[in-house]
Amino acid sequence: MLNSMDSKPILYSYFRSSCSWRVRIALALKGIAYDQVPVNLLKDGGQQFSAEFKALNPMQQVPALKIDGITLSQSLAIIHYLEETRPNPKLLPQGPKKRAQVRMISDHIVSGIQPLQNLSILQRMGEKKMEWAQQCITSGFQALEQILQHTAGRYCVGDEVSMADLCLVPQVFNAERYKVDLSPYPTITRINKALLELEAFKASHPSRQPDTPAELRA
Amino acid sequence: MQQVPALKIDGITLSQSLAIIHYLEETRPNPKLLPQGPKKRAQVRMISDHIVSGIQPLQNLSILQRMGEKKMEWAQQCITSGFQALEQILQHTAGRYCVGDEVSMADLCLVPQVFNAERYKVDLSPYPTITRINKALLELEAFKASHPSRQPDTPAELRA
Repeated sequence: MLNSMDSKPILYSYFRSSCSWRVRIALALKGIAYDQVPVNLLKDGGQQFSAEFKALNPMQQVPALKIDGITLSQSLAIIHYLEETRPNPKLLPQGPKKRAQVRMISDHIVSGIQPLQNLSILQRMGEKKMEWAQQCITSGFQALEQILQHTAGRYCVGDEVSMADLCLVPQVFNAERYKVDLSPYPTITRINKALLELEAFKASHPSRQPDTPAELRA
Repeated sequence: MQQVPALKIDGITLSQSLAIIHYLEETRPNPKLLPQGPKKRAQVRMISDHIVSGIQPLQNLSILQRMGEKKMEWAQQCITSGFQALEQILQHTAGRYCVGDEVSMADLCLVPQVFNAERYKVDLSPYPTITRINKALLELEAFKASHPSRQPDTPAELRA
């Protein structure tokens, strides 16, 4: 199906962008080699706003993935595309009900938590930034902990790594960054710990990227 | 999650609109709401995700309540910013509808967001593709029957 002469995919990413990290994990889990082009969201007023990057991705956000002759944005759209074109190992379970659980958890994080505490929103919050981020994450994690108690095995849904796990780990990283108390969320904490032992989650970690600043490097 | 929608179906309860829609697509596959090829499916999901993660959550009820007086201005900023990007994308992907000529999940996300834009008095003249597609979709029975003005809980003064 895939032409072995195709050039390597290119991922436009920022080391600490949780949306970019989800895609980095997917690429690592599926063993897809790629080149990374860092886009610094803070420097030069935000490199994502350059005319050059806008031509590549009109949404002016990371991640963007150039693959198979197209450019995709939106982390879950990218992950679904990888799943449909490079199906092994699977990131979605077989049955529709379990797939729905994976998507429900993923969507809760990517629509219900992360956008409310992303960079552009926090910049608008000024002084109240930390408090705002904590409120959004706490509120979201309270609901998520309930859901996971129902769906989780070793990982978010049963015992296989899924798209939901790719969304969870970067969000827990953000929670720690904004000093959210995680003690009310034992299931979230347990799953996050188990996932961080896996090579794909380690290799894709913000502390190990080409654009990780020296002081934050692992 | 203390949010709507929630769908009780086949012995389970699901939340998150796109998770629900994907479930319906996988269990009741006709007519299709996602095209066949992975690249077109990715375009449908990219547009859908842009709306449901990149625009709507920033202007939903709980956020607007926190904005107080600045509510209208905030909603307009979020929607305008999102629609500027969306108009660019749609110029590349759209046929009669968001992606080609068949109704897809992206169209299901577009119409409610345009409704919100109108509610918050966003000037839509910079977005001719969004406007054209929205108008074409609102001629379809499914979009009319499901409209906020025609629901069991629509207040009398807003009823069609």
